Amino acid sequence: MEQNEKLSFHFDVDGNDFTSAGEASVKVKKLMRQLGFSPELTRRVSIAMYEGEINMVIHANGGVADVYVDEDCLRVVLADEGPGIADIETAMQEGFSTAPDNIRALGFGAGMGLPNMKNYSDEMKIDSIVGQGTTIELKFKVN
Amino acid sequence: MDSYKHSVFLETEKCKGCTNCLKRCPTEAIRIRDGHAVINPVDCIDCGECIRVCEQKAKRAVYEKLEDLDSSKYLIALPAPSLFGQFNALADADYIIQGLLDIGFDDVYEVARGAEIHTEYTRRYMNRKDIVLPLISSACPVVVRLIKNRFPTLTDNLLPLLAPMEIAGKYARREALKKHPELKPEDIRTVFISPCPAKVSWVKSTMLDQEVYVDNVVSASEVYFRLISAMKREAPPKAASKTGMIGLSWASSGGEASSLLNEGYLAADGIENVIHVLDKIENGQLSNVSFVELNACPGGCVGGTMMVENPYIARVKLQSLRRYLPVSMNRVPKTGDDPETYVPEELIDARPFTYVVSDQGALNMSRSESIRMMMEIENIYEMTPQIDCGACGAPTCRAFAEDVVRGEAQMDDCLILIRERFKAMLNKQKSAAPQPE
Repeated sequence: MEQNEKLSFHFDVDGNDFTSAGEASVKVKKLMRQLGFSPELTRRVSIAMYEGEINMVIHANGGVADVYVDEDCLRVVLADEGPGIADIETAMQEGFSTAPDNIRALGFGAGMGLPNMKNYSDEMKIDSIVGQGTTIELKFKVN
Repeated sequence: MDSYKHSVFLETEKCKGCTNCLKRCPTEAIRIRDGHAVINPVDCIDCGECIRVCEQKAKRAVYEKLEDLDSSKYLIALPAPSLFGQFNALADADYIIQGLLDIGFDDVYEVARGAEIHTEYTRRYMNRKDIVLPLISSACPVVVRLIKNRFPTLTDNLLPLLAPMEIAGKYARREALKKHPELKPEDIRTVFISPCPAKVSWVKSTMLDQEVYVDNVVSASEVYFRLISAMKREAPPKAASKTGMIGLSWASSGGEASSLLNEGYLAADGIENVIHVLDKIENGQLSNVSFVELNACPGGCVGGTMMVENPYIARVKLQSLRRYLPVSMNRVPKTGDDPETYVPEELIDARPFTYVVSDQGALNMSRSESIRMMMEIENIYEMTPQIDCGACGAPTCRAFAEDVVRGEAQMDDCLILIRERFKAMLNKQKSAAPQPE
């Protein structure tokens, strides 16, 4: 095996299926347990990733999630080809949501997705182009 | 090492090594090795799924036999609420109490009474300000073990109260000593009549270094068959049941949670549903729920593997039995400095928090080695057919890849890969053979 080869996991997030949103974060939980990461870190990664999955299903008709594992750092990259975020600063405010009413009726769209992703990760980077899509990178330090 | 004493047992000679239990085990704790099932004691949570699906009846629940109980002792039966849902055309719960005395028990203390006391104190506990919500019931031992094994961050959400069976055992013993001053504590045996093997494990595993609440655990189905013949008598029962609707409602899913008279509750049953709900709670998705009742068995305790009746039929029977009962017959007085939140110290249970599961499932003690092994697992998984047939002895191709990397299985154990190789070999021979004119 090559020295520079890194451990990574790839997940497709199906945009048409609300019930399967969150499957990737559940799978990551199991993988992290097998890798010996602490339950607390695992929970943080899982919550942040779940929020990302839900966002991609609600706003972008799905996307992909990749998790890159290092001994001292975990990186989660969520990428979609959705409408993009016009004003990232406003989108980051707690309670702000552009989710339509039918989504809110399901209990989603509380405006906590992006804030939770920021709160539960150590670093968060958003790249978004309106009309093209959004890529969010979350970093988690391992103690 | 994890010292949990399991109560699911395999009769090796009956096991044909089929894939029924392998595929159904929710924690992937089973492998087929040398033609029969092997249970990994660390991952097993005693849910009983394998007992339910075994066609050969090779998987058995472990419990104590009625004839092995020490009849020189003062034996107090602690019947589970679910036992009351097993009988046809039962007009009155009193017949069961009388029946238990007639088959040789010296006294009866219904676990349903312990449940009613449990319910009252849970209501008070929930008035506390410093608790972690949602509160998760700790009454099902499978759920407690599952949380310790797979959802350790939810440990603080567990309700730290003794289970109804244990409250019943404790109070039964106290009542007996009062009624019979001639008895010494060591003369008494409390005998739980259990719907499931998980309760056997719980009693055998956690009583070692503290007060004993339940001394023996017997199977409800064994007691049932004894009762059936004892209960045919014409005479009306002399003994009386002392439980209300709430106590009996604990037998099926939703009984515990709905008794709290609290709107924000959730009740889930069946081990797969339980795991889904725990995943949701761990991800913070159930913010509007304050109490969660989880039962590993379908339908709740009436779905236990040591029950006789179908769980949904048992539920109906319990409903008709409950119809004319008072809501509760076991009220507890308002005492303590703050009666609205008071729970007696002797009913607080620290075990869910103190008992440690040593192995959280890491591939290796060293993280770098775990990462290396995981990469190998990914590579091997890519080579497998990914049809999860189970013929290799692992429940999924993914689990097979893990076993190979752990050194517990070889690539040649995969029949599909062998078939491919065999086909390739045949094709090669065919093309090498001289073609007919």
